Amino acid sequence: MQLDQLYQEIILDHYKKPRGRGLREPYGAEAHHVNPTCGDEVTVRVSLSDDRVADISYEGMGCSISQASASVLHELLVGKSLKEAFARVDAFTEMVGGRGQVTPDEQLLEDGVAFAGVARYPARVKCALLSWMAFKDAAARATVGGSHE
Amino acid sequence: MSQTANLVTPPEGMPQYDGMPHIDVDKIRADFPILSREVNGHPLVYLDSANTSQKPRQVLEVLQAHWEQHNGNVARSVHTLGAEATEAYEGARTKVAAFIGATSPHEVVFTKNSTEAINLVAYSFLNASVGPGGDPRFRLGPGDEIVISEMEHHSNIVPWQLLCERTGASLRWFGLTDNGRLDESDVDALINERTKIVSIVHTSNILGTVNATSRIHDRTRQVGALFMLDASQTVPHRPVDVVDFDVDFIAFTGHKMCAPTGIGVLWGRRELLEVMPPFLGGGSMIETVAMTGSSFAPPPARFEAGTPPIAEAVGLGAAVDYLSSVGMDAIAWHEKQLTAYALDAMSTVPGLRIFGPRVPVGRGGTISFALEGIHPHDVGQVLDSLGIEVRAGHHCARPACVRYGVPATTRASFYLYTTTDEVDALIRGLDQVRRVFS
Repeated sequence: MQLDQLYQEIILDHYKKPRGRGLREPYGAEAHHVNPTCGDEVTVRVSLSDDRVADISYEGMGCSISQASASVLHELLVGKSLKEAFARVDAFTEMVGGRGQVTPDEQLLEDGVAFAGVARYPARVKCALLSWMAFKDAAARATVGGSHE
Repeated sequence: MSQTANLVTPPEGMPQYDGMPHIDVDKIRADFPILSREVNGHPLVYLDSANTSQKPRQVLEVLQAHWEQHNGNVARSVHTLGAEATEAYEGARTKVAAFIGATSPHEVVFTKNSTEAINLVAYSFLNASVGPGGDPRFRLGPGDEIVISEMEHHSNIVPWQLLCERTGASLRWFGLTDNGRLDESDVDALINERTKIVSIVHTSNILGTVNATSRIHDRTRQVGALFMLDASQTVPHRPVDVVDFDVDFIAFTGHKMCAPTGIGVLWGRRELLEVMPPFLGGGSMIETVAMTGSSFAPPPARFEAGTPPIAEAVGLGAAVDYLSSVGMDAIAWHEKQLTAYALDAMSTVPGLRIFGPRVPVGRGGTISFALEGIHPHDVGQVLDSLGIEVRAGHHCARPACVRYGVPATTRASFYLYTTTDEVDALIRGLDQVRRVFS
């Protein structure tokens, strides 16, 4: 297993130039997730417009994998319908948790396929999923709650 | 280091140098089979001994022989195998007692690990506080205080927090200086007549600091509180004498000192162990059991309910034999030299910040650091791709991370088998890390 399969150019690019980073208002709900084994943290805010993801804003600290995956989360899901967004969350989760046995759908996951290599590093799976799980949490709350102005 | 001639002969009556103790690292490395394996196509560079140590053949052979030749349950069997197992198990206790200078093997309680050893003491307080007739030294209530420090491992924080929540006592702690040492400036206020126990780490698993105990010891004695040391990172690395320390309890664990996992030690002063109520109840810890109530065995058996980790204890005995044959003074000196070398070498790495003492004085061979702008996980991952095994994270000492304003650190830690070549490999590896993330 070569290291560059884990640290793909795409991941390093998202890490160094995160898309959509920072917490913004208004938002429907936010979720704060922590990886207790390493102390990485992320806060994800979700803003919905009807059933579309109008914005995902986030702030966090952590390793390149966790920070880059938050950036990809933003890039991939903003503008999508909730249904499309959750399909991507499921596909991403399945790929990263698939121990390298899952062939990712590049049409669906776009830059997200760069994280396929993470599946071979069990210790890093949680890093890649941190912001995605926080999104899932926040989106679920945003669909039932109102908006925070 | 060679046995250099003493250039100055101290006058008679003064402490005499007997030359620096020496260890032959190549010979020691040959004892550790795992050190000859490769990781990701590179020779293994194991720099995570503060996490768990590797095991020498001498310990592995004793374990194998135990399972193959002497396996039986302890303290209850009339047959030969049971007697052999009991003898080996109790023999290990005697070896451990001698290793730490305990006056009697009865002061050595085998536990699962340091965490259980500390919990045992914490629960003794709880049990003495809820039941009638508890020894006053172990009775806690609102107004009483427990003192720890900000550099504790979670295992020396959480048991005391739980105890305080349940008894109404208050938890207080020593802060840390910017240089990674205990801030003892408020020792007299912190430890006072309300203090019931002071439980401090002796060697920090995250900062490497070896804490001077004399001032805290003296104040603790002055107010009549109990004094415990978490010696998990000390006993494996340097000579320890509990009588010299004049403490009440120490906790340490086998797997960090060449023994298997699953065996740890609580050493306690006999008169204290004798008044402590049982922690876990069950077989082996009783004197007699009736349906209406039970009476309990004297320590250490009182605190060893159920079938203990027998082979693991025997392995710990073998580890103690192994470390003693190398010599704890020699191990301590070897690590001191390595630490000095590593601190120097690391200071040449651009953007590298060391947490904890930056001089090889009052510190052990555990060095936590940050590379500017690069998360410890990423540092650890790139190093692993080069066969270099370090730990990345909060090292179960999150308050210390918070104190120094970082979520996590990268940590390299040394032991008797670590070489300066391995330190060099680390430094080269850090260059590689910086190239990947530049």
